[in-house]
Amino acid sequence: MRIPHSFLAAAALLAGGWALPHAPAAAQQARKGTILISQAWSRATAPRAQVGAGFLTIRNTDARPDRLLSASSPRAAKVEIHTMSMDGGVMRMRPLPDGLEIPARSVATLAPGGNHLMLIGLKAPLKQGDLVPATLRFARAGTIQVQLAVAAPGAPAPSGSGGHQ
Amino acid sequence: MRGIRNRLFAPLAMGLAVAACSGPTGDGNRQSSAATASTPGGSFRLVDTKGRSVTDQTLKGKPTAMFFGFTRCPDVCPTTMNRMALLHRKLGTEGNKLNIVFVSVDPEHDKREDIASFLSMFDAPVIGLTGEPAELDKMTKAYKVYIEKVPLPNGDYTIDHTARILLFDRNGGFVETMDSHAPEPEALGQLQQLIRG
Repeated sequence: MRIPHSFLAAAALLAGGWALPHAPAAAQQARKGTILISQAWSRATAPRAQVGAGFLTIRNTDARPDRLLSASSPRAAKVEIHTMSMDGGVMRMRPLPDGLEIPARSVATLAPGGNHLMLIGLKAPLKQGDLVPATLRFARAGTIQVQLAVAAPGAPAPSGSGGHQ
Repeated sequence: MRGIRNRLFAPLAMGLAVAACSGPTGDGNRQSSAATASTPGGSFRLVDTKGRSVTDQTLKGKPTAMFFGFTRCPDVCPTTMNRMALLHRKLGTEGNKLNIVFVSVDPEHDKREDIASFLSMFDAPVIGLTGEPAELDKMTKAYKVYIEKVPLPNGDYTIDHTARILLFDRNGGFVETMDSHAPEPEALGQLQQLIRG
């Protein structure tokens, strides 16, 4: 399993990022080793905004846990991994300095209302329809390139997911 | 209607109690605050994105849906404003009988231009407000909105804040709070009731 996946990932990197042919247009996917990234998306930001959010789903098919250590994007000065919680109606957001563990044979979701990537120091606003390149660094899987598909401002879910109300 | 007022009001009061503790984040030091006598609301004096003075008196005559947030809040604030814009559209002509207000709780960063820029993304006539830090502080206390500025390791800061929408009647009287992510029919019904109230 490992070799073909690595090969595919390498081919994808050479191709400058890819979306699986059968995936919906907005469901950005990438795979490397035993890590599969899907539903990579973001939201359009205001003209003067300096920050944006990134969301994605990480599936770990390995029998061992992996860890998302850090992320970066050419569109932002830096990218942090944040957690967000609602506690008695109060929104709290905190960085996860040690990243996010992806337990063995499980799925970790970075989604609205919870964990997310925080794009800090945007070089230009994120526009709906943009594909924002991002590099994810995992402890085991190494680096994975994804593209965040930019949905409408304040969108509760990625475009075309059927989740928009 | 299911005793929603009491159920939703309690967390607001709790937020205030936590704020009074001035502890860091204090998940472990929740306090009971059943003795809260006053309801959220009262006088304030802020400015809108064009620099015009807006007070509690300005808003009277129409019911008001008020949300406290900041423009660098990446998730709850934009999704809430997006939701309010959607509800405004669904209200149709009744939507014009409602004030939708966004109060920035980040006067250090959010200038009028930043608030205007933030609100420009949402297709609804939202009144964006800011003001002097002392005035904002006074208002958020009176409105029982929990605000805590939290330094981050990167040298920046974030703001913990109440993420419920406060609903007031046409006389500025507090009615109830609304969960910004409540099911759409429920939220729409709440606003319709508020407008027709």
